[in-house]
Amino acid sequence: MYSKDGENYFIVDAHIALWDARPENQRNVHGKQFIDCFYDYHRNLSPEEELWTYEEYLYQGGERLMKDLFEDGYVDHAVFQPAYLGEFYKNGFGQTKEAYELAAAHPDKLTYNHSFDPRDGERGLDRLRADHEKMKFPGVKLYTAEWHGESRGYKLSDPWAYRYFEECRRLGIKNIHVHKGPTIRPLDRDAFDVSDVDHVASDFTDLNFVVEHVGLPRLEDFCWIATQEPNVYGGLAVAMPFMHTRPRYFAQIIGELIYWIGEDRIFFSSDYALWTPRWLVERFVDFQIPEDMTEYAPITIDQRKKILGLNAAKMYNIPVPAELQLPDAGETATGPRQPERADLAGAS
Amino acid sequence: MTAVLTERTVRDPGAVQDVRQALATVLDPELDEPITDLGFVRSIDVTGAPDRAVVTVHVRLPTSFCSPNFAYLMASDSKDVISALPWVGKVVVELDDHHDSALINAGLAADAGYRGTFGHEAEDSLEELRMMFRRKAHTAAMERCLTELLRADPALTEANVGTVRLGDLPAGRTKDALVRRRTALGLPAEPAAVVLVDHDGRPYPAEHVPMALRRARSTRISIDGNAHFCRGLLRTRYEGSGADQADRPEGAEPADQHRLLPITVKEIHP
Repeated sequence: MYSKDGENYFIVDAHIALWDARPENQRNVHGKQFIDCFYDYHRNLSPEEELWTYEEYLYQGGERLMKDLFEDGYVDHAVFQPAYLGEFYKNGFGQTKEAYELAAAHPDKLTYNHSFDPRDGERGLDRLRADHEKMKFPGVKLYTAEWHGESRGYKLSDPWAYRYFEECRRLGIKNIHVHKGPTIRPLDRDAFDVSDVDHVASDFTDLNFVVEHVGLPRLEDFCWIATQEPNVYGGLAVAMPFMHTRPRYFAQIIGELIYWIGEDRIFFSSDYALWTPRWLVERFVDFQIPEDMTEYAPITIDQRKKILGLNAAKMYNIPVPAELQLPDAGETATGPRQPERADLAGAS
Repeated sequence: MTAVLTERTVRDPGAVQDVRQALATVLDPELDEPITDLGFVRSIDVTGAPDRAVVTVHVRLPTSFCSPNFAYLMASDSKDVISALPWVGKVVVELDDHHDSALINAGLAADAGYRGTFGHEAEDSLEELRMMFRRKAHTAAMERCLTELLRADPALTEANVGTVRLGDLPAGRTKDALVRRRTALGLPAEPAAVVLVDHDGRPYPAEHVPMALRRARSTRISIDGNAHFCRGLLRTRYEGSGADQADRPEGAEPADQHRLLPITVKEIHP
């Protein structure tokens, strides 16, 4: 919990990882390229005093994770969203066993979400059933740009993906987190296209689809799709640290999200270990839309509380003390949620 | 704007300048900016006989995982524009440090074309993709003009921007950019043309105008955000590369200002 100026904020970090990118786990040059890309994000968007060394960045381990999140980071609950990346790392990038065991040891603090790859076919379905029997995860994280033999990406609307979503439905796996990475095949199309989310959200209305990184770098396509679907949510992983380097851009991202998907569907995420939650929580509580951006209303304290934790707590049934709870905004199920709050001053 | 050059390779600064000018016509299809302004041209090297010169260009991108289709387009467009220079005998364009560098560089060397380079991963062509982003660039340019007008004229409302015409826009960089993008799409650019149109040039019915403007706004925010983030990541990845970047006023923030570093001699192959 984070407290400031007499207000208490219940914090849910909706996207964290326990990864191992050390050289001995790298399968090939792409393993190095991948973690180097993450580290450049970290170096580019972090305040100087929050910078980690490259060595620290390669691997953190459970003990450090617990400290960074729950001792130093104000986090009440966090959700693992693993990326497997088996073509880049010998034992995978996200550490399944370590993360699952850590979550099992701290069920009040950690939720373990799993992952699957629809290109694993029937065998993958068997494994999903067996893994769920053992680990009972409430959600999965899907990275559509995962490489897999000859294939370098898939769509959520592929027939095999539908088989897996049907299985999720049967098993009670309700929360589908999607990272639209640069999917390569087919190369003719936009690698970051999010339109498959539209299809699958319409066909599986009983599942929740949380689009990570709020669709970046295709914020506009994400907003347009999400506004039409009542079961599409936006995760702020990677978007949060723009508060520091590019606060006007961040203000516009938040302003657009509140307009298109509303204040009840946006989730805070540090994307640990890309960044640590402490400075992100502190700065978000202090953050405000610049005054000259009259096309957006100021962010309210209640909106900050919902984004920082209450929204994700509701999706994951995480108990929140009664005095910290807030009612829903009573927004429409689809369409722009708060059009009257987002207009240039001249139009109001 | 000066290329990062290794001393030994420079024969004729004029030739290098010609190559750079040719490369300034190659656009990043996603950001709609010349690759020379983005700092993506790492080096230009001209050797050989003056009338049959060998030109070697290295291209670099902000991350190893930038979309390979865009990477390929920029590299192959680079090769095409340099090949068109009359004094050039041979062109080598190499994409550095990308996850598909080997594949793309081999395809370029063999003039294998898009489908020849990517095999089963390529279906038809990248022209539709190019067009999609040309349309987005137009959408963003249109929104910039109308939002500037809304800020300047408190009496104008969002609901009423649907009847604004090109002739109503003040002259300047923002309007010039819109006219350029309209022309690229084959849309009329005369003063009587309505500003807020879809990519086929059709205006919106009055009741759809606010939503069309809002969608255009999210597109503009996205492109500006990506353009600055890509620049920033390039500077993080390649020390000193900021010296090769041109400022982008649209969407700029204080942190986007970077110290211009002196030209440095740099190893191309670490």
